[in-house]
Amino acid sequence: MSEKKEIDPKAALDEILSKYPPKVARKRAKQMVINEVGENEQVPQITANVRTVPGIITMRGCCYAGCKGVVLGPTRDIINITHGPIGCAYYSWLTRRNQTKPKSEEDDQFMTYAFSTDMEDSEIIFGGEKKLAQAIQEAYDIFQPKAISVFSTCPVGLIGDDIHQVCKSMKEKLGINVFGFSCEGYKGVSQSAGHHIANNQLFKHVIGNNEDKPEGKYKFNLLGEYNIGGDAFVIEELLERCGITLISTFSGNSTITSMEMAHHADLNGVMCHRSINYVAEMIEQKYGVPWIKTNFIGPESTSKSLRKIAQFFGDQELIDKVEQVIAEEMDKLIPVRDAIRERCLGKTAMLFVGGSRAHHYQELFNSIGMNTLAAGYEFAHRDDYEGRKVLPSIKVDADSRNIEELEVEPDPVLYNPRKSPEEMEKLAAAGVPFKEYQGMMPDMKNETLVIDDANEWETEKLIEIYKPDIYCAGIKEKYGIQKHGIPCKQLHSYDYGGPYAGYEGAINFFKEIDRLVNANIWRHVKAPWMKDTSPTLEATYNA
Amino acid sequence: MLLRHTTKEIKPRSALTINPAKTCQPIGAMYAALGIHGCLPHSHGSQGCCAYHRSALTRHYKEPVMAATSSFTEGSSVFGGQANMLQAINNIFTVYDPEVIAIHTTCLSETIGDDLSQMKKKAFDDGIIPEGKEIIFCNTPSYVGAHPNGFSNMVKGMVDGLCEPSDDKLRTVNIIPGWVEPSDMREIKRYCAEMGVEIIMFPDTSGILDTPQTGKRDFYPKGGCTVAELREAGSSQATIAMGPTCSGAAARSLDVKCKVTPEIIELPIGLSATDKFINTLRKVAGVAVPESVTDERGRLVDLITDMHQYFYGKRVALYGDPDQLVSLAQFIVDLDMIPAYIVTGTPGKKLLKRLKAVLGDKYNEDNIAIGQQADMFLMHQWIKNNPVDLMIGNTYGKYISRDENIPLLRHGFPIYDRIGHSYFPTVGYAGAIRLCEKMLDIFMSKQDNESPEEKFELVL
Repeated sequence: MSEKKEIDPKAALDEILSKYPPKVARKRAKQMVINEVGENEQVPQITANVRTVPGIITMRGCCYAGCKGVVLGPTRDIINITHGPIGCAYYSWLTRRNQTKPKSEEDDQFMTYAFSTDMEDSEIIFGGEKKLAQAIQEAYDIFQPKAISVFSTCPVGLIGDDIHQVCKSMKEKLGINVFGFSCEGYKGVSQSAGHHIANNQLFKHVIGNNEDKPEGKYKFNLLGEYNIGGDAFVIEELLERCGITLISTFSGNSTITSMEMAHHADLNGVMCHRSINYVAEMIEQKYGVPWIKTNFIGPESTSKSLRKIAQFFGDQELIDKVEQVIAEEMDKLIPVRDAIRERCLGKTAMLFVGGSRAHHYQELFNSIGMNTLAAGYEFAHRDDYEGRKVLPSIKVDADSRNIEELEVEPDPVLYNPRKSPEEMEKLAAAGVPFKEYQGMMPDMKNETLVIDDANEWETEKLIEIYKPDIYCAGIKEKYGIQKHGIPCKQLHSYDYGGPYAGYEGAINFFKEIDRLVNANIWRHVKAPWMKDTSPTLEATYNA
Repeated sequence: MLLRHTTKEIKPRSALTINPAKTCQPIGAMYAALGIHGCLPHSHGSQGCCAYHRSALTRHYKEPVMAATSSFTEGSSVFGGQANMLQAINNIFTVYDPEVIAIHTTCLSETIGDDLSQMKKKAFDDGIIPEGKEIIFCNTPSYVGAHPNGFSNMVKGMVDGLCEPSDDKLRTVNIIPGWVEPSDMREIKRYCAEMGVEIIMFPDTSGILDTPQTGKRDFYPKGGCTVAELREAGSSQATIAMGPTCSGAAARSLDVKCKVTPEIIELPIGLSATDKFINTLRKVAGVAVPESVTDERGRLVDLITDMHQYFYGKRVALYGDPDQLVSLAQFIVDLDMIPAYIVTGTPGKKLLKRLKAVLGDKYNEDNIAIGQQADMFLMHQWIKNNPVDLMIGNTYGKYISRDENIPLLRHGFPIYDRIGHSYFPTVGYAGAIRLCEKMLDIFMSKQDNESPEEKFELVL
């Protein structure tokens, strides 16, 4: 491990950048920084949420993927119709591992289905609105869902189909909720634009639709949790044991019905800040429900999040119950963690993924003594790196300006601030800050690398220079990394494992990393005759 | 139930596709392009297309699938994608240094009418294509046809972009293997070697999408058809194109451009289709079939005669891509099984004629669905009305399989949830033996698991 410490991060970055044409090098240099945490968690500025360099082999996907795939994908009782040629519906069909558990056999569960208008050239030429309306009608006739939503793909925006008008008239005709997302793939610079569009439309068309007040003493929403590999199930169980009532999750293991009631909660917890902070903000503005950053990845963060929720409600009974649950869980976790820590101590990791996972998962590696050498997001913004304190200084460029910012006013009837400004100040001073996310960089060590929108070339060079023991990324990167003889852990799909949330998830993750970095097979990569340099002819035949 | 909303009652649909039995053109073009040595496929459109195609191909092959994208923004969608394309070409050659960039379009760039040949010329005029490097391209609008057509268009793009006409014909035979697995391509090469025929195969993804773990990554693995071989393909004496949907257009184009005689046959999957392949190769190359190949065939026929009772009368639902469907359906009939349903989302009524040719009196148009709304939802409804003993098709069938307790033999694309296809071919006689073994395993395991105790058999 000692040799790894001698790598000069500046030299590493220079070596990576030296390959690029000058314009590309200048652009990328601003998205690659050496971390340095100063006073008040001051960190260097990083450029993020800017256009991808064409041809660079990016990890990023598109606006549609962020909207349909990420945010709306995990909700089971709505029919999501992709309006466009067949591909987009096909690739987002069951590929994200959002698990869901209907309460009964009779409950709606459409996530195993892919719905598409399968546009053909005639619709590209003459318009696809008629086909879309007919598709909505057919979906209704066959399935009688309580809601239908429509997702635009690239050509739809170009030919000018008005999906919102079609949805509106079908909503009137069918008497169910029908609404659309203008999430054409070319919008914005990454999946992030799609998250924002999804947030806007959920806020406009879903949240607040149900006036029936749910029961529960401590009513909570979990935002930005997508139930990959069953994470939501673990968190749901933890909350239940503590006595916290989960009104809705956006959107792991969720229903549209539960989202309609989200405004009845008294507190929102934001897990993936990037993909869902807009909804949290808007719910607060309209209904007065405050939000805090929560994170259920890693035992410490899970405990901290539970404690913050308990403190918010301020009920001693809840505070005690939370402490009891934490103690029970930590008792199970510590022996496993400590045993694995012995085998993983001093090993190194890199994480390039998502809009929050590259941050959250560092704690899990820390827990077993592994150091993060470099990390970065695929589609995050500066606030996810440097913290929300930089929000006022973020320049809105042309690509972001095209994404609608909703103007939200307090609801004349339903606006009800759950805490007074004084109470919130007091809570903040006691360790429950509202509307705050300090970002990834303050949690990273000095001299580590932070790289936004890392690409294939940079991945190759990072591996070559730093030789990390494990690299975390997604499916597109996985096998290229492993060809270097280094295991890759997918943090989008969890390599079909998990759950990794909460304490139970942390134990799973520790075991998984132990398995990966200590696998026997890596010792067999070289054939014996390639390791053995002695001459081929060693013996002679004696008759 | 996983597909709890699928009803027995079939309501007519004219606009809504549910659980498609196809995807879009560009992914086929990307897969085909990976079969050229030193090639970087490039997707001219939004970056999501490229991300989705790479993800899908990676999940299927469990191998690095490299491809670049023009990363369209709203601006490029309005003003055209040329600026992005030129930047991409420059960046790709500078950073990734491929021998060739194989560009395909998407629904986005097609809708705005980007002209790839003009862009290639501009790139050439601007001097951003290094000496000796190549750019080939094809149009793959996602709103026309389906993924096999994209494969076909890129293979035709190879011919149009690289094959050179020549009056001095070589002894070589071109093989266009169609959209099959790297293991299948390797196997087809083995047959040709066994027959003593020198070939140029394109595309050839063996050695690219089934690379060994060495601890050292080759960004461009050593497999694939080289640019030099592709140039030379214009001098071959004949082309055997396997699968009219995926390979026919390229073979015809090669005939027009370079006067190389095309022989377009069905994919050599199963007994009869492999017979056709071996016989065509024998005639085209003027060689005798060696005993080793005839023996292989004999072993397959022997197996079928031995095990005929387990195949006979079994009803099979086939779904997937036209070229695979025709050959599989023919094999099903060779085994005296019943091709109960044949479903593909890939449009094109010519498929009916091809199916008629191989199915003979087993042909029944009522059980065939092609094109729009010919999807897995419809097939599932058909199955609910009249069940089958086996489904053959891609991974998405597992939901029907589990709900209906009908075994699934994974074949075609995509297979996300099993390995095997990367290593073991299903083309040729040996491939047919493997298909038989898999089917028998399925039928016999089912019998073992479900027969009453008094009927439980030791010997099968």
